[in-house]
Amino acid sequence: MTETELQQADSILGQFNDRRANLIAILQDIQERFYYLPQEVLARVARKLRIPLTDVYQVATFYRCFSLVPRGRHQVQVCMGTACHVRGAPRVLDRILTDLRLAEPGTTRDRQFTVLTVRCVGCCGLAPVVRVDNHTHPHLTQAKVRGVLNRYRLKPAAEAASEETGDRDATAQVG
Amino acid sequence: MPRLKSVEELETFRAGLLAARDARRPCLTVCAGSGCTAAGAHDVLDGLRKELARHGLEKTIDVKSTGCHGFCERGPLMIVWPEGTFYNQVTASDAKTIVDSVSNGHVPVEKLLYRDPVTGQRVVREEEVPFYARQQRVLFGNNGRIDPKNIEDYLNVGGYRALGHALTTMEPGQIVDAVTRSGLRGRGGAGFPTGVKWRVCRTNPAPRYLICNGDEGDPGAFMDRSLLEGNPHSVVEGMIIGAFALEVQEAYVYVRAEYPLACEHLRAAIDQAEEYGLLGDDILGTGMKLHIHVVKGAGAFVCGEETALIASIEGRVGEPAPRPPYPAQKGLWGRPTIINNVKTWASVPVIINRGPEWYANIGTEKSKGTMVFSLVGKINNTGLVEVPMGITLREMIYDIGGGIPGGKELKAIQIGGPSGGCIPASLIDLPIDYERLTEAGSMMGSGGMVVMDENTCMVDVARYFMEFLEDESCGQCFPCRKGTQRMRQILTRICAGNGVEEDLPLLEDLGWLMKQASLCALGQTAANPVLTTLRYFRDEYLAHIRERCCPAKVCRELIFYEIEPTLCDGCHACVHVCAGQGILGEKGKVHTIDRAKCTRCGACLEVCQPKAVRVGTGELVCQN
Repeated sequence: MTETELQQADSILGQFNDRRANLIAILQDIQERFYYLPQEVLARVARKLRIPLTDVYQVATFYRCFSLVPRGRHQVQVCMGTACHVRGAPRVLDRILTDLRLAEPGTTRDRQFTVLTVRCVGCCGLAPVVRVDNHTHPHLTQAKVRGVLNRYRLKPAAEAASEETGDRDATAQVG
Repeated sequence: MPRLKSVEELETFRAGLLAARDARRPCLTVCAGSGCTAAGAHDVLDGLRKELARHGLEKTIDVKSTGCHGFCERGPLMIVWPEGTFYNQVTASDAKTIVDSVSNGHVPVEKLLYRDPVTGQRVVREEEVPFYARQQRVLFGNNGRIDPKNIEDYLNVGGYRALGHALTTMEPGQIVDAVTRSGLRGRGGAGFPTGVKWRVCRTNPAPRYLICNGDEGDPGAFMDRSLLEGNPHSVVEGMIIGAFALEVQEAYVYVRAEYPLACEHLRAAIDQAEEYGLLGDDILGTGMKLHIHVVKGAGAFVCGEETALIASIEGRVGEPAPRPPYPAQKGLWGRPTIINNVKTWASVPVIINRGPEWYANIGTEKSKGTMVFSLVGKINNTGLVEVPMGITLREMIYDIGGGIPGGKELKAIQIGGPSGGCIPASLIDLPIDYERLTEAGSMMGSGGMVVMDENTCMVDVARYFMEFLEDESCGQCFPCRKGTQRMRQILTRICAGNGVEEDLPLLEDLGWLMKQASLCALGQTAANPVLTTLRYFRDEYLAHIRERCCPAKVCRELIFYEIEPTLCDGCHACVHVCAGQGILGEKGKVHTIDRAKCTRCGACLEVCQPKAVRVGTGELVCQN
């Protein structure tokens, strides 16, 4: 981590007092800033709250929100809730993984995408849904997957200009 | 902004707000709940604002974003007031037409009105839409009327009147009595009588704490979210009344991390309530003190369990503790603590306002009031539904839900999330209340209701829930940790066609053991989805085992795809989407599927216009 990043971490820590009850909230703020929990910062958290480092790791590994490894630039959250499941979410997930050349949910080699499965984003009426960063894409089908991902892909300038074909229909996309 | 120092000041202030309001002034309210937002509600709002500005009408016509109306399927939704004209599936390009119609004496825009699929008639008002007609929206009724970030909107619809009434005319014990007499039961799942819980807590010494459980973890349920997003003040008001009844000064709301908007609206509501003197150090000049803190969850399903939730607020891992002692005796930081669900808290002001007798009149003998269900899955009208307890499943599915899409057969209804069970279509006339659902092997749970049709495989659904629970088990007690793992392994084997008949009694044994021996409700109820599907859909399990056949054509290892040559027009669409280069054939000629390369992803089926792609399983080949 760079010096500036450590300073940022310290300023997050500075916003809390040393009560143990603050542990989860501190980790959430760190996760939000760095998209993962860097090891150096966890040691500082333990010192600040005067608790053993194992206690910090216990919490950091228990909750789903936290990651101990860096995540990609775009977070692709595939909802695996019941409503999405019965409307075909597992196949949408498979298609996303194939498209991003991942064997299982995780981060792509170019660190552009992290694919995560999430429990339920509470948009069951629009199942199946995928949330990329803060945008929810409703009624996904396998055919729509590439179009959705393309919106977030790094691409040569010329191509970026002719975007916006969006996820309208599959045949237009891939043909 | 005034800091209200007494109940009289609150009522004077409210009267002032109502008097200043012009009831004839047009107002366009657009639903900005999660569903409608995903469908483009913010584009609609922007479009309307731009259009009004273009006509210089922004001072005469109001635009408001509100909470969830419930009818997510038809979003974005909007209502034009004061007429109450209900528009569905609105897009930004409709803004001009809408503004024109409102400014020209308001003739409803025909094409945006809801069209009854049965009669073909256009419907003008929300309550005339069949989806709403059978509902009784006691908790959600105001969602479509108020801006959740504006406390004055809540005051306009009578908000905080119950609080004023409770503080000035009732003793704490009388409130507990009223809640007891109303018959209100915990809306979080278990259905424990709220009044009884409160009474127990009151007998234990102060300081006491109060918690609102907004860790809505059940997949397929989003009513707590919609209430927190759409009407956060109703929850806050309920909590303040509860705090007065239980003489509490510190309260917490635990909200799932996946619900950022709910956190934001709740925090805004708490700040505003403090600003207006309705919360904080000297509530309405009565000397009552209450601070509400918002705690964001970190993504653990088990934290919906009350003792795990308490551990999480304390900054620890969410591992449940044995009960007794119950939280009402020994909870947060070892002090007596009351935990209730979001909807339970929101019901409290209603009970105070309308009286416990009124509330107890709704529902069945043992289950009172209304219940909010999220009606999702294979159903035409997905969304949130608030109905009196005791309504039958048939009314839910066909009258409100509009039946199953594509004319398919209803197969089962999964109620209560991973702790609940699957109720077969044959029990469609079952009235929904706590007792009936438990008898049928399911439970009320948080009210998630996932509808399944003939294309849903019940073994796959059981495996899905078991995978979920294995992953979410905190791992503390052996029966749950190992039991969910073993059950998932067996179910996966059956789904792959490698099951044996002895697996079925083994699953039942394991389920019984987990029920008896697990530490908390997660493990005790984990087997429900498996046990109910075994009870009602044993044939389907046997088909997987004996015939290596998945009747619903879902389990990948047991199905195959093929192309009907007489229907294939050689359009090549399937070739483009095929994940494994498994489709052979030139453009314009009949295609075939190479089963050795086919990954059975089903993408070809999705895109095939002439419906030439078919799925088969075992000996069966049928059109899908």
